[in-house]
Amino acid sequence: MKSRHKRLALVAVGLVGLGVATTLVLRAFNSNLVFFFSPTQVAAKESPQGRSFRLGGLVEQGSLKRDDNGLTVHFVVTDTSVNIPVTFTGILPDLFREGQGVVAQGKLSPDGVFMADEVLAKHDEKYMPPEVADALEKAKDVNAQMSGTSLAKSGTEGKP
Amino acid sequence: MIPEIGHFSLILALAMAMVQAVVPLIGAAKGNENWMRMARPVAQGQFLFVATAFACLTYAFITSDFSVLYVAEHSNTELPLQYRVGAVWGGHEGSMLLWVLMLTGWTMAVSVLSRKLADDLIARVIGVLGLVSTGFLFFILLTSNPFIRLMPAALEGRDLNPLLQDPGLVFHPPMLYMGYVGFSVAFAFAIAALLGGRLDAAWARWSRPWTLVAWMFLTMGIAMGSIWAYYELGWGGWWFWDPVENASFMPWLAGTALIHSLAVTEKRGSFKNWTVLLAIIAFSLSLLGTFLVRSGVLTSVHAFATDPTRGVFILILLVIVTGGSMALYAWRAPKVGLGGRFALVSRESFLLANNVLLLVAAATVLLGTLYPLIIDALGMGKISVGPPYFSVVFVPVMTPLVFLMGVGAMARWKEASLPDLAVRLRWAFAVALISAVIVPFLMGEWYPLVSMGLLLSFWVFATIFVGVRRRVRRNQEIGRPGFSGMTRSYVGMQLAHAGVGAFIVGVTLVNGYQVEKDVRMNVGDTTEVAGYTFRFDGVAQTKGPNYTATQGYIQVIKDGADLMVLHPQKRNYNVQTMPMTEAAIDTGLTRDLYASLGEPVSGGAWSVRIYYKPFIDWIWGGCFIMALGGGLAMSDRRYRLASRRKAEKPSGATHAAGALATEGGRA
Repeated sequence: MKSRHKRLALVAVGLVGLGVATTLVLRAFNSNLVFFFSPTQVAAKESPQGRSFRLGGLVEQGSLKRDDNGLTVHFVVTDTSVNIPVTFTGILPDLFREGQGVVAQGKLSPDGVFMADEVLAKHDEKYMPPEVADALEKAKDVNAQMSGTSLAKSGTEGKP
Repeated sequence: MIPEIGHFSLILALAMAMVQAVVPLIGAAKGNENWMRMARPVAQGQFLFVATAFACLTYAFITSDFSVLYVAEHSNTELPLQYRVGAVWGGHEGSMLLWVLMLTGWTMAVSVLSRKLADDLIARVIGVLGLVSTGFLFFILLTSNPFIRLMPAALEGRDLNPLLQDPGLVFHPPMLYMGYVGFSVAFAFAIAALLGGRLDAAWARWSRPWTLVAWMFLTMGIAMGSIWAYYELGWGGWWFWDPVENASFMPWLAGTALIHSLAVTEKRGSFKNWTVLLAIIAFSLSLLGTFLVRSGVLTSVHAFATDPTRGVFILILLVIVTGGSMALYAWRAPKVGLGGRFALVSRESFLLANNVLLLVAAATVLLGTLYPLIIDALGMGKISVGPPYFSVVFVPVMTPLVFLMGVGAMARWKEASLPDLAVRLRWAFAVALISAVIVPFLMGEWYPLVSMGLLLSFWVFATIFVGVRRRVRRNQEIGRPGFSGMTRSYVGMQLAHAGVGAFIVGVTLVNGYQVEKDVRMNVGDTTEVAGYTFRFDGVAQTKGPNYTATQGYIQVIKDGADLMVLHPQKRNYNVQTMPMTEAAIDTGLTRDLYASLGEPVSGGAWSVRIYYKPFIDWIWGGCFIMALGGGLAMSDRRYRLASRRKAEKPSGATHAAGALATEGGRA
């Protein structure tokens, strides 16, 4: 009887420990998930306010501007359908170039500027982060649809 | 011609691998000795052919044979020789060939060094390794053949990614693969034991040194990767919880659990099932790592452009190996038996706790690494798990682990007494506690987490001291020299544990006291970091073998005296025209000074990174001490004695037979 009690107690302690550990892990997990959004999704207000997320797309040609003092840079991330202005203070990674894919992590300010606190590097010119490739693909679909609908519209307008 | 020889060797190697996978296993099942004896020669032949293929590819790189597609994609005539050799595994195809070379190399080593092992066991071990090798050779030949020709030949190669043009490439991947693939031996031993239904102390004694060597290489490989990332990526971090880093870290955690569990199985005969399961898990995680790295499913610094069909192939291999071995385990493990019993407080219990904690750690890393993939596969959005998750989860798991490490190494097998342990360790704890409270003040500022980390590392050092002193005292009491009777396996264990202590010192102090500063500097500007003054003296152009560089001159001044000049570079490689930041680091026992160039801002000014990293080298130093401990434990006399003792038996028998024969002759 005694050894059975002991075993029961051990099992109970183990279960409680496991429960506590799982809770802690899941809480840590939840508060550290970083979601990825494309410019289109950000424009559609799908991205969270006040919480950090990742924004990916292409750096728009000719959009990179540098403040005269300090290390702050401004550029525009686009998925060819929507543009989001980004501000970042710090040193950009080596392969950051206009016209190339980029992933930035940070928060969206109320005036719609993405305040990046991290710009992720990539290490191969051929390499496009899968998220960015996906976002561009979707935007392409959207663009195609939009041009399709506008054509249809002009069609209905032309009728009468 | 040479590439065709390589290609052909690879096909022959596959044929031999298939023989190696089938014949010895059937022989062992049917008790056919001739079939079992096929194992060794076939394994050695396979190694020979894979090595030939590898040599052919290396030759193609050295001679810049751009009629081979893989060479044209990853090399260039301007590339220095050492990187041309390193470039052999600088891309997907070649690195898979390296993987198989390592696998057959390990198999070769097993076939040579285990002459004294029972025939059926060795036949099964080599057979299982042959199965794995067959899968990977198929993979190479069908999806990633490095010998494919390019017609017409390219005039010039596309060059190796500049990021890889570094001594790190020459050492890091081979070391890492040695470790990864080395777990296949422990895995093969486990499967062989399940197949044969024999799992005893001798089995554990045989697989232990193999596992230790693999673990040693993996430890060094991970540490080298970490050093490489530290100076090459230019961010000054040493670990990013990048999915690919995690992919190498998970087998390390499982492997660490495995070497501890094997110790129990060897010494006490307990944990048998558990040890087998761990061996399966460790190797499965190695395969998972290969899948994650090679499939390109993850966003990571290691994720270069890849081909998705390869990922599917490795995934299938992973499912077959893991699924098959788990099924076998479920079927055979109940027959293995539990082994010796032990009390609640005993070294066995402490090691069990160690195992559980290490596996929990591995599971949390696995969750953080795979969750984004699963969510993506389910179409629920794209996410990533930030490094803070890992830090938050890891510290609470590692803290009890390190604490128990000190106690466990001191506890008796079978049954230990808590009060006795408390008495023996109270001074160690007191010393650790006091120094942990005081040292942060000496470093400048007191933080609870720093104190906590230091408490753990001082605790580790103090318990090692107490343990060794106790042994010395006991020796002296019976009149023997103090350090006699300490086996290499004991010293290796203490050394590896001391390495953990040194590692924690490094991590704690870097996280607590590092200073990272991104500044804009005009020529002549100074900035102060942690008591050092950095003056930017401008830039000049220099030339390397295959790049031009803008080199910065940063004068470091301490207490008014010139200390040194740091030369960070911004390189531009001629072929890929890709800019590369080359940091300048002054390494020291107590601190690194780190400077790297950002970009020219305006009017001769540059953005510059200046980092002060206290005790960062202790992190890697700790890893190398751990690896050294592993190596020392592996070279323990008893593993060699075990083989000699077994060797004596049959030779003794032949002597006796010979004596009988001569006697008979006389009669």
